Amino acid sequence: MTLLGSVIVSFSQLTDKLNQVFRHLRGRGKLTERDVDEAMRQIRLALLEADVNYKVVKEFTASVREKAVGREVLDSVTPAQQVVKIVHEELTALMGRARAGLTFSPRPPSVVMLVGLHGAGKTTAAVKLAHHLRSQGHRPLLVAADLRRPAAQDQLATLGRESGLQVWAGAPRKAPVDPDGPQVTAATLEVVASGLTEARRSGCDVVILDTGGRLHVDETLMEELKAVRKAAAPSEVLLVVDAMTGQDAVNVAEVFAREVGIDGLILTKLDGDARGGAALSVRAVTGRPIKFVGTGEKVKDLEPFHPDRMASRILGMGDVVTLVERAEAALDAAKAVELQKKLRRDEFTLEDFLDQLRQVRKMGSFQELLGLLPGVGRMKELRNLQVDEKEFSRVEAIILSMTRQERRDPSIIDGSRRRRIAAGSGTSTADVNRLLKQYSETRKLIRRLAGTGRDARGLGRLF
Amino acid sequence: MADTVGGGLARARGGLGLALRRILSGGRKVEPALYEELLETLIAGDTGVAAAEALVEEVREAAIRRGVVEAEGLRDLVAATLAAQLGPAGELQLPGPGGPPGVVLVVGVNGTGKTTTVAKLAARLAAGGRRPLLVQADTFRAAATEQLSIWGDRLGLDVIHHRPGGDPAAVAFDGVRAAQARGRDVLLVDTAGRLHTRAGLIEELKKVRRVLAREVEGAPHETLLVIDGTAGLNSLEQARVFNEAVSLTGVVVTKLDGTARGGVVLAVRRELGLPVKFVGTGEGVGDLVLFDPVAYAREMLAP
Ligand SMILES: Nc1nc2c(ncn2[C@@H]2O[C@H](COP(=O)(O)OP(=O)(O)OP(=O)(O)O)[C@@H](O)[C@H]2O)c(=O)[nH]1
Ligand SMILES: Nc1nc2c(ncn2[C@@H]2O[C@H](COP(=O)(O)OP(=O)(O)OP(=O)(O)O)[C@@H](O)[C@H]2O)c(=O)[nH]1
Ligand SMILES: [Mg+2]
Ligand SMILES: [Mg+2]
Repeated sequence: MTLLGSVIVSFSQLTDKLNQVFRHLRGRGKLTERDVDEAMRQIRLALLEADVNYKVVKEFTASVREKAVGREVLDSVTPAQQVVKIVHEELTALMGRARAGLTFSPRPPSVVMLVGLHGAGKTTAAVKLAHHLRSQGHRPLLVAADLRRPAAQDQLATLGRESGLQVWAGAPRKAPVDPDGPQVTAATLEVVASGLTEARRSGCDVVILDTGGRLHVDETLMEELKAVRKAAAPSEVLLVVDAMTGQDAVNVAEVFAREVGIDGLILTKLDGDARGGAALSVRAVTGRPIKFVGTGEKVKDLEPFHPDRMASRILGMGDVVTLVERAEAALDAAKAVELQKKLRRDEFTLEDFLDQLRQVRKMGSFQELLGLLPGVGRMKELRNLQVDEKEFSRVEAIILSMTRQERRDPSIIDGSRRRRIAAGSGTSTADVNRLLKQYSETRKLIRRLAGTGRDARGLGRLF
Repeated sequence: MADTVGGGLARARGGLGLALRRILSGGRKVEPALYEELLETLIAGDTGVAAAEALVEEVREAAIRRGVVEAEGLRDLVAATLAAQLGPAGELQLPGPGGPPGVVLVVGVNGTGKTTTVAKLAARLAAGGRRPLLVQADTFRAAATEQLSIWGDRLGLDVIHHRPGGDPAAVAFDGVRAAQARGRDVLLVDTAGRLHTRAGLIEELKKVRRVLAREVEGAPHETLLVIDGTAGLNSLEQARVFNEAVSLTGVVVTKLDGTARGGVVLAVRRELGLPVKFVGTGEGVGDLVLFDPVAYAREMLAP
């Protein structure tokens, strides 16, 4: 899954809550300070539920309030809109305004060192980053400097091999290093040093250093990390943070920043529905930008982080910029016009559904694209509309096993037809039922969107 | 296993315990600001606003009923309320001698500590006289088998596994057969990390469970969700989905050796009724603590 879809899922609950607040404000017309305070209380709760650090929440709501109770807001004709605007601006600011890239050393190889808590996703991120850099014309070398976790080096080697990436795990040794023994740090430093030599020897211009997971309060291991840093002289130290992290994200980030020093962050596992409060908090307390986000387990699931787009999504404003970019890249213009007509006439059949799925699959999932539309992030039923990669072929098989008539008018599909379709497509009747339900939900949604002029136009452009 | 419980109790003194004792310390009176601090402390420990408010409300009512006016007097109330909300202590419920082999299925999102927990549970069961067999039903993650095999070597236990990319349910099936053939009385089944939002992967897990249920009477006897103690409220969503899919019997909270407090288990217990069975406190095989809420809460707030 890609960032687009995942972020919508990630922030949808928060978005719901905030939109509730804003709707309430709009309903009130003119605002008093009391109204603003009540709104701030709700925003505070919504952010806490999204795992934003409570100290960050306090400062955030205080600063929004300060701006919101100013004369020009309360006296404006659209005070609620003003508050929304302020919240959006402040959220963006909190996550760092501009997109931040990687810094390379003038004297290659540049070293990018990944650090973080256990299981945050460092090893996976290392491979993703190497893959990303290679696609930009770099020659990366992955260095496996975790000698403690069982099979950590194996993991990196396997992932590297699968993607055709070069991995260095140290010079061959006679006996494995005892992970609990006193020589681990020395052996780790040896892997780092020989990795740098190997990079120079084989003409690699970037070294990506995977380190072992460690707790920020583990002094021995933090000392080791400092030693590794000193030996590797990285141009980038990136803290890898799990998007599901709770209130403690801030402590962790602060200590890593203070003890080891960090230049930026990678936020992982954004493909789930973590509300991602860590994204808001960590940047706020360390002042370091989020540079990439992980959006899946596969090597390609790494994307640059866009604070402004993220803030829009949090507030349910959709991400029209991305949507248009993607649509232009993938869609067939002639088909889009035709579809638009059909939509207007409410003639969206299962054939069109399949056609859409095929096109949309080129851009990402159906769900994520709908999520990019303003307002759609708020619609609950959509979030349950699961059309994931694997399921696509099943859906395709089911629709292809229907007669033309059935595709045009699914209401005629009774029990015996369902069984026939299931048998024909090698699926179960439950699968067929699920698809029919998805189709009918999509149709309902389209009717709803088509009901309002502006959104209907947006939809026409989407497809 | 008194030692492991003791290890856990020592931890109760730090983190949340320390913060709570500081608030409920000598000289202070029971006042609204104090409840506000209590609330904030709980929220900072990842309990979520709802669970924190429920706990504070209960304490407040009890304080009024009993006419408690000194902050110190609240300690017992907080301890009792916490313990009650956390539920019973969580020993594994496995069939006894003469019964079918016990089956423990370990599930959760990516990187929470499942594989390590499987190794820890195996060590604990072996120390208790059981004969465990490890089953690697994670055929997806790179080097998942190597990782568990290293633990197996260290513990002197066999690991049943297939090739990468194989069918997890088939490994589970082979695990059961191997346990019967080799006379093992507990199967510990490790699974791949999967986000609860991935419907397809949740289906895959259901299939593993179905196979175990079909092959062994009453299995899986324990289905444990491993929650990362540093995670926030998302763990509640995880618990909800995994519980619906594979009927969890309890949770294991890992990585509590850091500064995270894993308060989300309060919400998990409150909303889903799932008890915390074990707590992970390190990367070593002995770093697993049987969780006893009453002893834990008492120790946390004792002077
Ligand atoms: N869904 C999802 N899973 C991820 C992502 N990044 C990593 N993972 C998974 O998270 C788990 C842990 O990832 P690792 O890369 O091994 O984490 P690590 O930080 O190297 O772990 P240690 O070395 O044990 O500290 C694995 O199951 C990964 O496949 C992501 O962006 N999305
Ligand atoms: N500090 C600490 N680290 C732990 C604990 N439990 C597990 N870990 C570490 O967390 C990381 C991930 O543990 P794993 O057991 O590989 O996690 P997993 O859930 O099997 O990961 P996937 O299979 O990739 O989903 C490893 O580095 C472990 O050593 C714990 O209680 N405390
Ligand atoms: Mg690693
Ligand atoms: Mg594992």
